[in-house]
Amino acid sequence: MYHYNDFDDAFVRERVSQFRAQVERRISGALTEEEFKPLRLMNGLYLQLHAYMLRVAIPYGTLDSRKMRQLAYIAERWDKGYGHFTTRQNIQFNWPRLRDVPDILEALADVEMHAIQTSGNTIRNVTADHFAGAAADEIADPRPVAELLRQWSTDHPQFQFLPRKFKIAVSGSRNDRAVTRAHDIGLEIVERDGAIGYRVIVGGGLGRTPMIGKVLREFLPQEDLLAYVEAVVSTWNLLGRRDNKFKSRIKITVHEHGIEDISRLVEAEFAQTRPGFAGADRAMLARIEAAFAPPAFVAKSPAPHAAARASDPVYRAWADTNLTAHRQPDHAIVTVSLKAHGATPGDASADQMRLLADLAERYAYDELRISHEQNVILPHVARADLPAIHAALTQAGLATANVGLVSDIIACPGMDYCSLATARSIPIAQQIATRFEELKVEHDVGPLKIKISGCINACGHHHVGHIGILGLDRAGVENYQVTLGGDHTETAAIGERAGPGFSADEIIPAIERLVLGYLDLREGRDETFLQAYRRLGPAPFKALLYPEARSDAA
Amino acid sequence: MPRPFTPKVVTANRLLEGDAVWRTASGDWSPDLAQAELIADAATAELRLLEAAAEAHLVVGAYLADAAAGADGPEPTHFREAFRTRGPSNYAHGKQAEPQEKA
Ligand code: HEM
Ligand code: SF4
Repeated sequence: MYHYNDFDDAFVRERVSQFRAQVERRISGALTEEEFKPLRLMNGLYLQLHAYMLRVAIPYGTLDSRKMRQLAYIAERWDKGYGHFTTRQNIQFNWPRLRDVPDILEALADVEMHAIQTSGNTIRNVTADHFAGAAADEIADPRPVAELLRQWSTDHPQFQFLPRKFKIAVSGSRNDRAVTRAHDIGLEIVERDGAIGYRVIVGGGLGRTPMIGKVLREFLPQEDLLAYVEAVVSTWNLLGRRDNKFKSRIKITVHEHGIEDISRLVEAEFAQTRPGFAGADRAMLARIEAAFAPPAFVAKSPAPHAAARASDPVYRAWADTNLTAHRQPDHAIVTVSLKAHGATPGDASADQMRLLADLAERYAYDELRISHEQNVILPHVARADLPAIHAALTQAGLATANVGLVSDIIACPGMDYCSLATARSIPIAQQIATRFEELKVEHDVGPLKIKISGCINACGHHHVGHIGILGLDRAGVENYQVTLGGDHTETAAIGERAGPGFSADEIIPAIERLVLGYLDLREGRDETFLQAYRRLGPAPFKALLYPEARSDAA
Repeated sequence: MPRPFTPKVVTANRLLEGDAVWRTASGDWSPDLAQAELIADAATAELRLLEAAAEAHLVVGAYLADAAAGADGPEPTHFREAFRTRGPSNYAHGKQAEPQEKA
């Protein structure tokens, strides 16, 4: 685990005491809301529909038991006993009171956490593959690079007033689990002739104008990373439009200028930035890498796992769905689903957080991860210990065997919390999950990503869901638009709109028709929903969604 | 032709708690929409919004929301405003969980 140095600690504490003074001045009337709002946003504090919301960064999604227990403590002491894990690998507390926020930030600083740069036109929390350092298919752990970028970007004097927010994601594997193609910059660690480098992808993003990122450099040598990223951000900082916030993200800059032009400008800028980095960043990366050294894996016979799998069908369903191959064959990666059927995607109670902390400490080398899919990961677990973990998770309502299936839905807070929302998303996720649990078909249906956003900002990644659902306000009524064929991985694609939207009552049956109809369309169990969609095109899927239209046409 | 004025209430979130509140005829802030002053004309609406903006020590983000006269006072006409009178739908948190003190 990476630890703060004295400088980091002093910096975070200083920010907390500044914010404490700012809150006091706001309450006393010395600061107006116009003056205070940018300050609170810089500290992750939003005002939502029913209360304030505090967004806390979980850099590259990595936690240990001490941090997780502190999150549980904060949830209980100052919130309503739970937290919401988000697609940005953050945790959000939905009910803090203004006066308590400095104390919460202080409690976070005690465990080397903060809410800085979770908002505003800055470089945001750098995200990474949630299986980092553990996955069997990994080329290199992406977190040291994410941490290097975090250190470089935090309070970077040039980059505090960018044209708009800027998001970077890093993947260490060919299988992209970090959605790099939907970020302002996506970095994919690649290997060429035995040397590590980066494929640099630029200009991806969701929101109002969704775009898949384009490759800016096929292979960037490792030593050039910061100089090159700085060149990209500087180029955009100059070109990026400040006149229109809908056109300010780098995806629009890339779109308007073309990738060739941007590439030329970046390379010219890179020639300027490069000499300034003279290797200091490499020494820093080496230091950071040491902090991410893998744990000393303990060899144990996986026999207990094999025995449980053979004898217990409930265990087998969970093991077959929620485990991923680890780089150590006698270990596994456990994804703990925060998607119990009918529950709010991404929510965990304080008790659940504490149980996860206990399990991490006891069985998982004290490591936890938060995935952008709103689940919690125990990244390193000896297979021998899996039955004990499953039993403990079952007790806490955390053993749902649905990772990657229909009910493993991403949903943004939507109009249950978010002041920007045009419709609710959580109840739609709850109802879809509940319905498919009744039908008992999700294991038969297989891999399927449903992603729901409550407005065009697309925090729920609906554009890259195999099935995307976007909640809108149509003449004062909640209405849900469906997109099909989106993909968030290395074969990224933006989903296509299927047709007219559905009312809140119609959307669940429509999704049911679509998913059950796919079972008849697929060539066999091995053909996933997305593969079938790519083979057949949208027509048969639209016919499932809109049966009336088909009979009209017939 | 100007669009006909639809009745409005002034609403905001409380500075300290962050919860939704509505402005009453006596100029207080109530957590109960039914206690709000229902404003029937544009000039009064504008004036009340200015008055609310001067109360930044109590509330944040005051705006005018459509409402309709109901049996017990103003009622929401849009689902967003209806949610603000209740709280989220996934938990019994927020106003739906707190007995409303009558202003
Ligand atoms: C609840 C308060 C939230 C507010 C006010 C908010 C606001 C926004 C806005 C305005 C955008 C569009 C930005 C743009 O295109 O320039 C956006 C995008 C996004 N937000 Fe949020 N958001 C909130 C919650 C969340 C949550 C809970 C998540 C994670 C579940 C999230 C993750 C994202 C992501 C992934 C995008 C994607 C689009 C992109 O950056 O390309 N946000 N958000
Ligand atoms: S997508 Fe819209 S509704 Fe959902 S969290 Fe983002 S801003 Fe809010």
